[in-house]
Amino acid sequence: MTDVSKPANAEHAQPIVRIEQVTKTFGNVYAVDDVSLNIYPGEFFSLLGSSGCGKSTLLRMLAGFETPTHGRIYLDGQDVTDLPPYERPLNIMLQSYALFPHMTVEDNIAFGLKMEKMPKAERDERVREMLALVQIEKFAKRKPHQLSGGQRQRVALARSLAKHPKILLLDEPLGALDKKLREQTQFELVNIQERLGITFIVVTHDQEEAMTMSSRIALMRDGRIEQVDAPRRLYEYPESRFAAEFIGSINLIDGHVVKQEDDQVWVQSEQIDGLLQVRHSQPLVNDMAVTVAVRPEKIQVVPALSQGSNTVQGVIKEIAYLGDVSIYHVELPSGKRVMFTQSNIQALAEQPMTWNDSVTLTWQPNACGILVK
Amino acid sequence: MSHAKKSRFPLLMTFLVFGYAFLYGPILSLIVYSFNESRLVTVWGGWSTKWYGELLQNEQILSAAWLSLKIAAISASFAVVLGTLAAMALVRFKRFRGRSMLEIMVAAPMVMPEVIIGLSLLLLFMAMDDILGWPEGRGQTTIVLAHMTFAMAYVTVVVRSRLAHLDNSLEEAAMDLGARPLKVFFAITLPIIAPALVAGWLLAFTLSLDDLVVASFVSGPGATTLPMVVYSSVRLGVSPQINALATIIVVLVSLAVLFAGWIMVRQEKQKQRENSQ
Amino acid sequence: MSGGQMSALKLAQRLPGAAFLSNGRHWIIGLPWLWLTLFFLLPFLFVLKISLSEAVLAQPPYLPFIREIEDGAMTLVVNFGNYMLLFEDPLYRTALLNSVEIAAISTLLALIIGYPMAYAIARAPQAWRLPLLMLIILPFWTSFLIRVYAWIGILKNNGLINNTLMSLGLIDQPLEILYTPTAIYIGIIYSYLPFVILPLYATLIRLDDSLLEAAADLGCRPWKQFLTITLPLSMPGIIAAAMLVFIPVMGEFVIPDLLGGPNALMIGKLMWTEFFNNKDWPLASALAAVLLVLLIIPFVLWRHYEQRQEQQGEAR
Repeated sequence: MTDVSKPANAEHAQPIVRIEQVTKTFGNVYAVDDVSLNIYPGEFFSLLGSSGCGKSTLLRMLAGFETPTHGRIYLDGQDVTDLPPYERPLNIMLQSYALFPHMTVEDNIAFGLKMEKMPKAERDERVREMLALVQIEKFAKRKPHQLSGGQRQRVALARSLAKHPKILLLDEPLGALDKKLREQTQFELVNIQERLGITFIVVTHDQEEAMTMSSRIALMRDGRIEQVDAPRRLYEYPESRFAAEFIGSINLIDGHVVKQEDDQVWVQSEQIDGLLQVRHSQPLVNDMAVTVAVRPEKIQVVPALSQGSNTVQGVIKEIAYLGDVSIYHVELPSGKRVMFTQSNIQALAEQPMTWNDSVTLTWQPNACGILVK
Repeated sequence: MSHAKKSRFPLLMTFLVFGYAFLYGPILSLIVYSFNESRLVTVWGGWSTKWYGELLQNEQILSAAWLSLKIAAISASFAVVLGTLAAMALVRFKRFRGRSMLEIMVAAPMVMPEVIIGLSLLLLFMAMDDILGWPEGRGQTTIVLAHMTFAMAYVTVVVRSRLAHLDNSLEEAAMDLGARPLKVFFAITLPIIAPALVAGWLLAFTLSLDDLVVASFVSGPGATTLPMVVYSSVRLGVSPQINALATIIVVLVSLAVLFAGWIMVRQEKQKQRENSQ
Repeated sequence: MSGGQMSALKLAQRLPGAAFLSNGRHWIIGLPWLWLTLFFLLPFLFVLKISLSEAVLAQPPYLPFIREIEDGAMTLVVNFGNYMLLFEDPLYRTALLNSVEIAAISTLLALIIGYPMAYAIARAPQAWRLPLLMLIILPFWTSFLIRVYAWIGILKNNGLINNTLMSLGLIDQPLEILYTPTAIYIGIIYSYLPFVILPLYATLIRLDDSLLEAAADLGCRPWKQFLTITLPLSMPGIIAAAMLVFIPVMGEFVIPDLLGGPNALMIGKLMWTEFFNNKDWPLASALAAVLLVLLIIPFVLWRHYEQRQEQQGEAR
C-alpha cells in the first residue's frame, strides 16, 4: 500500500505547509480539533466537509485571521503561527470575493503590489499580466458592482495571485457561481494552478468539485480529519462509514469475518444471507464485525441461478430515472435494500427491468472494500 | 398586488396627504408672510422684500449667525471623530469591560432633556474652571464642548449602522494583501463609510446650529448664538425679520437636501443601468 | 541593561498608560468612553451636589458644601430643603404631573398620527419611498425653534386659523388656542412626528409580505391581519418611537414656553425659570435630579428591551 500522507509525485519533497496538532476553540466549542497535516509544493489540496466541520476555520488560521488555541503552523519551514495576515507569504481568495467596492478592477489587483511598494512600471506590467491570465482585460476600468458574478470571481482570483504567492488559499472559490459556470471554472482553476506551479489549498463543501480539481483531499468532520487521500482512493477505498457515505452513494453491508487468505477476506452476512468475498490486504481477526462497502455502479445483473460469493437475489422496489443512469433499489429477502445503477444506453427503449422483477446481482471481490474505522 | 392592498391604498394616501400638509403648512406660512409688507405679520399688506433687506442690515443677527456656523463646524468635526471611534468600538469589539456602559452613554444624550444636559454641563464647566483653570469663563469653547458631547451620540448611530453592514472580509482581504491595520482603516474602511461620516457631520452640524437650550446654559456674556437671538426676539411675539430668516434657512436646507437626493437618485439609476448591462 | 532597568521597563509596560499607548483597541474604546464619562456622566454628580446646597444671592449663587465654621473647623452641610420644597409646594407637584400627562398623551397622539403615515410610506411603490421619507426628514433639518415659532402666527387670536375661520363666517369670536394645552400638544406632535415615523418605518419595511399572504391564505381578513401580524411585529418600532417622544418631551422647554404661555407648567420650563429668572441654582438642580430619576426608569427598561431584541435577532 502506498503512503497516503504524501502525494504520489512528491516522495522526497519537503512539505510547504506543515500543520502540527492545531486546535481552535471558540468558547467551549472545538472548531478544529488536533489536526496535523502536511501539504507539498505544487499540490491542489482540498479541505472537504459539510458546513461547521472546521474547514474554513483551518483555512482562516493558515491565512492568519484566527490564531490556533494550540499547535503550530509552518510555511516553508518558518513558524508563522503568531504572524499577522499582512506578514504571511501567502494569499487568500475569500468566499465573498471581498472586492473593494470603491476601487476599479485594476486598482483592486494592484492593491497588494502597492502595499509591498512595487515600482509603478513593474506594477502596471504585473496588473496587465494578471488581467490577461484571467481574461478580464476589457473590464480593467470597471468597478466591482458593474461586473457579473463570474467576472468578480476572476478579479478576486487575479488580485490574490498578483503578488505571486507560493501558496494560494481559496475559500469556496466557486460557491457563488451557478452550476454551468462552476463546471467550466473548475478546469480553468486547475489550468492556472498547473501553469503557475503554485500550491492551492481549497475549502469546499462540494464533493464533485473536490474530486474534479484536487490532487489530494482531506475529508473533515467535527473539527477532525477523517481521511486524507487522492480523490480516486478516497472514492474507491473509503476508510470509514462517514467517508464512504459522504462521497457518492454506496451500499453498506454488515457482517463478520470468517476467513482470510492472502489478500482475500470472506465475510458472512445475515443481511444477504450468504458469503461476501472482498480484497483486503490488512490482517483482520476472525469473527470481527465489519462493514463491506459496494458502490452501486460496481454491481452487475446476472442471469438467475448464478451461485457463489458476492451474489444476491431480490425484487426491484424502486426505480429512479436520472437521464444518464437509472438507480434501482432491490429488496433482499432479509429486508435489506441494495442499490445498483445501469447506464441508459438506449433512448426510450423498453425497460429491461421493471418494478417487482426478481433480479440476481453480483460484484467482483476487488470492486468492494472493508471499512476499517 | 392583492385586492385588499388596493382598496386600502386611497385611505392611506389621504392620511399621507394630511400628514404632509401638517408638516409643511406652518413652514409655508412662514415663507409667505416673510414677503408681507405689513409689520403685523398676520395681516396681509402686499408683497415686499423689505424684511430681507432689514435682516441683512441686522448686525446682531449676522454676527450671531457667524458665531453659530463656526461653533457648528468645529463641534461637528470633533463629534465625527469621537462618534466614529465609539461606533467602531461597539461594532468591532463585541466584548470589553464597560461595553454596556458605553452603549447607555451613547444612547442617552439623544433622549435626555436638553435642560438637564445644559445645567449639568454648566456646573461641570464651573467646577473645572475652579480646579483646572480651564475652560476659562464660558463662551465659544464651552458651547463647542457641550455640542460635541450630544452630537457625537447621533454620529455614533449613523456610523454604527454603516459599519455593521460593512463586510468584514474586505478588511481581511486588505490585510492578507499586506496592509497593516492603520493602512486598512484609511485605504478601505474610511472610503467605504465616508457617506455615513458626511451624513453624521451634517447631522451634528444641524443639531449644533439648532440648539437653544444647552447653549443658553453653557454660554457666557460674550457668546450669543443665532438661536439665542431668535428666541429673545420671538418671545416678544412674531417678527417679520425672523420670518425672512426662516425662509432663507428653509430654502438653503431644501436646496441641500434636493441636491443630495438628486445625487442619490442618479447613483441609484446609474447602478441599475450598469447592472442591467 | 541592568536588572533594575529591566524590571523598571517591565513595570512600565504593565502600567495602564503604556498599554493604552501600545494598543489601538484601547484608543478606540477608551477615548469615547472617557469623553462621555467626563462630559456626560460626571456632570450629573455636580447636579446632585448643587441640589443639596443652599441658594444665596452671590456668584455662584449657592453656598459651598463644605464650609468653614469657627477656628478653621470644617463641616459638611447637606441641605435637603430643596427636595422638601419640591414635594411640599403644590406648584412643583402640579408641574411634575402635568409633564407626565402631557408627555404621555402627546406620545399616544403622535403614534396614532405617525403609524398610518409610516405604514403608508412603507406600502408605497418602491420609487416613492425615498422621496417620501426625505420629505419627513427635511423639516428636521430646518430650525426647530423657527418651526415652533411658526405656530404662533397660525394659532394666535388674530392668526391664520382664526382669520380664516372668521372671514368664512364660521365663528365670530376668535378661538383661544395659543397659550392653551392644545397649542402645546400641537407643537409637540408637530416637532416630534419625524421621530415617530422613522423608527416605525424602519420596522414596517422589514416586515415580510409573505407573512400577510400566509395569514390571508389561512382565512385572516385584512383588518385582522393588521391586528394579529403587523401590529405585534412592529412593536419594537412602536416602543422606540414612544421613548424618542416621551423622554425628551418630559423636559421640553421651548414648546411650552413659546406656545403654552406664562401659565404653562412643565418641569423643563420651571427649571429654566428657577435657573435664569430666580437664579435659584440649587432648586433648579433638585428639579433636574428628580426629572433625571423619573426618566432613568423608562430609559433603562427601553435599553433592556432593545438589547434583548438584538440578542434574539443574532440568535435567529
